Amino acid sequence: MTAAIVVQNVCKYFGAFCALDHVHLEIQAGEFFALLGPNGAGKTTLIHTIAGLSVADSGSIHVMGNHVTKQYRQARMRLGIVPQELVFDPFFTVRETLKIQSGYYGISDNGAWIDEIIARLGLADKADTNMRALSGGMKRRVMVAQALVHKPPVIILDEPTAGVDVELRQSLWDFIRELNVAGHTIVLTTHYLEEAEALCNRIAMLKQGKVIALNSMQNFISTMSVGYTLRLRLLPDTLPSMLQEIQTGYRNGYIELKLDNYTQIEPVLAQLRLSDIQILEMQLLQPDLEDVFVSLMNNPLTQTQ
Amino acid sequence: MTGFFTLLYKELLRFWKVGFQTILAPIVSTLLYLLIFLHVLEAHVEVYQGVSYTVFLIPGLVMMAVMQNAFANASSSMIQSKISGNIVFVLLSPLTYRDIFFAYILASVVRGLLVGAGVFLVTALFFNTPMYWPLWIGVFAILGSGLLGALGVIAGIWADKFDQLAAFQNFIIIPLTFLSGVFYSIHSLPPVWQFLSHLNPFFYMIDGFRYGFFGASDFSPYLSLCIVIACFAAISLLAIQMLRSGYKLRH
Ligand SMILES: Nc1ncnc2c1ncn2[C@@H]1O[C@H](COP(=O)(O)OP(=O)(O)OP(=O)(O)O)[C@@H](O)[C@H]1O
Ligand SMILES: [Mg+2]
Repeated sequence: MTAAIVVQNVCKYFGAFCALDHVHLEIQAGEFFALLGPNGAGKTTLIHTIAGLSVADSGSIHVMGNHVTKQYRQARMRLGIVPQELVFDPFFTVRETLKIQSGYYGISDNGAWIDEIIARLGLADKADTNMRALSGGMKRRVMVAQALVHKPPVIILDEPTAGVDVELRQSLWDFIRELNVAGHTIVLTTHYLEEAEALCNRIAMLKQGKVIALNSMQNFISTMSVGYTLRLRLLPDTLPSMLQEIQTGYRNGYIELKLDNYTQIEPVLAQLRLSDIQILEMQLLQPDLEDVFVSLMNNPLTQTQ
Repeated sequence: MTGFFTLLYKELLRFWKVGFQTILAPIVSTLLYLLIFLHVLEAHVEVYQGVSYTVFLIPGLVMMAVMQNAFANASSSMIQSKISGNIVFVLLSPLTYRDIFFAYILASVVRGLLVGAGVFLVTALFFNTPMYWPLWIGVFAILGSGLLGALGVIAGIWADKFDQLAAFQNFIIIPLTFLSGVFYSIHSLPPVWQFLSHLNPFFYMIDGFRYGFFGASDFSPYLSLCIVIACFAAISLLAIQMLRSGYKLRH
């Protein structure tokens, strides 16, 4: 099986600033992959080098086995990109835009598929509206449609749900998930971590141009060992001194404790009983992607430089 | 080829949809030039035997309109899609840099010829301009608009802002056009200016174009043709090289 995207040792500089620092990444065909990281981490830059919108200063990139600059036509045929910036051509209607985009890929007779993506993206009643007259979220949908006109095996979405309402977000992800099931490789970036957690099977985290973590979603959350959060509402509202050192916070009347694993729950309860403190409410929070993300981004071990 | 034809179609549609500004307005403004010169300079000497000054002026003005509109088309299309960002849809596609170049040039040629033909047809209602060699007329019109289209591509890629594009137009395109003998025969100029005119490639386009109408010109049309072809080739290679390297388009 060929890998969908292979990024080898890619560096990209803007002047002296290093936007991508020896990035290695291999995404297999059929994966649903998330590229995460804070603003300015280099996600868009990486996507641009894959798409040929910018050129890597060193290293190599292949899409479905095609080198992105030496075999750019083959590589781009296999790639559908939804850019992060909202852009559109004000001269055309939605349908004209999609017809023209199909033509760029050498497809002259694409009416049936265009109708389908228009319907799936909730654009049916806007199909003959000029792009200028669409709302921001509608323009975003057209950009998603444009990336799909040539049914590319590899689809990269750079924050496709920014500025999109809840309803479309749901139907967009349903559609994308269907494409994934049908064999398309999906790569996305998003700042909504629950989206990534719900959809993706693997993630890479970028920070200051470096891949600082790369793992399957389950491994990510379980092995990053950020632990569990135990939230307690107590009467009286204070912890015995023994427990105060593991308290991590106090929010909305809840005392929060950090635990590494379930076996630590029992001693906590025993301490409370000993001190005659009553438990009014108790919650145990599972770690989620957001915890891992925050801990990775703050962890000095993953601080670059 | 579908990709190329689609981009060409898009470029044609782009100006056609706003034909009032892109075709009609330039036709009217060129006719205004003619009207003014007619009024002020009809008493001027004959340039070629039996050719009144107005009739001498018509081909020059037509060619000027052809060239300016070819330049405007490619340059404004390029800079608009660059600044609005929608050029990414072309850059993401498998279109080759040659597809992009030829689509932009051809659309510019079409617009240039439409405006030129419009101007000429209106003048034909009032003046009887001879057309000795239609083939020469066509060849120079196509080469001239192609060359200006290629210059438009270069200017549109190079300029980051509209005022830079305006500077390119005001300091390069307009002086070269006005000093190319649109309004006069260079034989009427002092020797220094004659010499400088010979360094201006636009002069050969206008002179060759005019030869097609009157069968007479300042310079041999064959030599003009060679010079124009050479300039066209050089400018096109530069434009293609800019597109190939991704200069200012792919970071
Ligand atoms: N054309 C450019 N010229 C100079 N610097 C740039 C350019 N493009 C990006 N950068 C810089 O490269 C870094 C990475 O930017 P990039 O857009 O890839 O971040 P990102 O991870 O996509 O962030 P976001 O989540 O905000 O979209 C940033 O510091 C940015 O300022
Ligand atoms: Mg980004």
